[in-house]
Amino acid sequence: MALFARTPIAPLEYSRTLWMRLWVGLVMLFLYAPLFVLMIFSFNDSKRNVVWRGFTTKYYEKALGNDQLVEALVNSLTIAALATIVSLMLGAVAAVMLWRFRFPLKGAVDGTISLPIIVPEICMGVAFLIFFAKWLEWPTDLIWPFNLGAIIIAHITFCFPFVTMVVRSRLASFNREQEEAAKDLSAGEWAVFRDVLIPHMKPALVAGALLSFTLSLDDFVITYFTSGPDTITFPVKVYSMVRFSVTPEVNAASTLLIILTVVLTAVALKLQGVKAIAETH
Amino acid sequence: MAEQDWKSNKRVFAAVSLPTILWVLLFFLVPMAIVWVYSFGENRGLTDIEFSGTLENYKRATEWLYVTIFGKSFAVAALVTLICLIIGFPVAMAITFASEKWRPWLLLGIMLPFWTNLLIRTYALMMLLGTQGYANKGLESLWGGASWFRTLVGLQPLPTWEPVQLLFNNFAVVFGLVYVHLPFMVLPLYAALDRLDRSLIEASLDLGAGHFRTIMRIVVPLAAPGIVAGVMITLIPALGAYLTPDLMGGTDSQMIANVIERQFKKANDWPFGAALSFLLIYAMFILIALQAMRKKVPEVR
Repeated sequence: MALFARTPIAPLEYSRTLWMRLWVGLVMLFLYAPLFVLMIFSFNDSKRNVVWRGFTTKYYEKALGNDQLVEALVNSLTIAALATIVSLMLGAVAAVMLWRFRFPLKGAVDGTISLPIIVPEICMGVAFLIFFAKWLEWPTDLIWPFNLGAIIIAHITFCFPFVTMVVRSRLASFNREQEEAAKDLSAGEWAVFRDVLIPHMKPALVAGALLSFTLSLDDFVITYFTSGPDTITFPVKVYSMVRFSVTPEVNAASTLLIILTVVLTAVALKLQGVKAIAETH
Repeated sequence: MAEQDWKSNKRVFAAVSLPTILWVLLFFLVPMAIVWVYSFGENRGLTDIEFSGTLENYKRATEWLYVTIFGKSFAVAALVTLICLIIGFPVAMAITFASEKWRPWLLLGIMLPFWTNLLIRTYALMMLLGTQGYANKGLESLWGGASWFRTLVGLQPLPTWEPVQLLFNNFAVVFGLVYVHLPFMVLPLYAALDRLDRSLIEASLDLGAGHFRTIMRIVVPLAAPGIVAGVMITLIPALGAYLTPDLMGGTDSQMIANVIERQFKKANDWPFGAALSFLLIYAMFILIALQAMRKKVPEVR
């Protein structure tokens, strides 16, 4: 303990006691060690994944040369980008509706919008399977990117409630006098929305975008059920690879995706600062 | 300013409400309703399903096999939630009482794995826990050390090390679910602890209570809403978990989601799968209703 403490530890400085530091350190190790091992072994020159046999980047070449894997990654990124854009619009609009208006059945509407957060993924996956494949008989042989339509719709449905949640809590701190001032200065509804409300919502929109992009990129179960036989996304492809064999190629592809997540987080941080991102959760 | 009545500005209300309501109706409520209708149907031939309004599917779900799977899913989810609470509470405390400079970074440290792909995290864990993985290597060297120590003090050395099966069993499922859901627990706990009035803790310490007693009698009761939120946020997805039991579990670690999946893919019994899905959704509703009831109690008092 004396190792770290230069000033005496005050009673409430729990995080400076040795036990707490040890605990947090172990939890961080637990959370990060598997990911670091995975990333390190993507550079390992051995097929069996366990013994270090020297540095190589050949599995990256292999992963990037694997057409199916690249296609799956491009699909996933396209789906995530489109789903995020629509989720942001839909989520923000829904948040404004719930924040600004009083209307009949508001409680029911509010509850229904947040239902996709609660309903288990497997149940939603099953629902989209029946809805698209059996009920709408959604064509599966459209050209790219229209063949991703069903998946994108499914992703928007479970992403936008999160955006609504984040934006709504941000709107609670909005000073409505600003809106009135803008209206006094003869701004119309749309101008108020664009120039007053959106700037206020911006931190929540950045957090919401990050949230829906990662949720969409992350989703396996719903996509697994919604996708037709010919459309693969990254998680679905990795799933089938993990299912049948564990290869360093999966490590390489995973490492790329982890790096992408970290970069996205860094961009969001750059835009909003650590505190704002941390506090929206 | 209070909320505006929708009638006072119908045009704007229509602009903000129609897209949302139509989307939710068409792409959420309609698909869910179809599943609900399916759960009262029965298979006729390979692809035809007759919606006869039968309760047969629900009756079949009460067979012992399925009841035990439901029970087991609940038990696993509850155990995972408990472990997450025990591991996560001190972490949330540490984040709350960390210095201004460190707090956001600690939070980020918890959130980054939460943003990382679930499948990748599961795969990383599988690599670590495999018979050739590092967990086994670590245990083997511990075993070797113990064996060496025994010869040192003049005892028989231990028998040679056999790799432990850490993967494809119930242990792996619980371990994997804890790994995946820990951030879910820490974040709401932190949110609750952060709002705590610190002078209450100081008062308790000043009045001579120890740290442990202060935490149990002051911090935990005050943070109860956050604890309940954390428990729900962990319990609900853990109950419906599909990927972890599928990839890390053995033949006997099936959870309810895996059984549902099987009805739709291999067993091709969609009506029964639909009934199981709705039973799972009802279970979630009951959990949420219980939480809502708990919330109301202090208001009555």
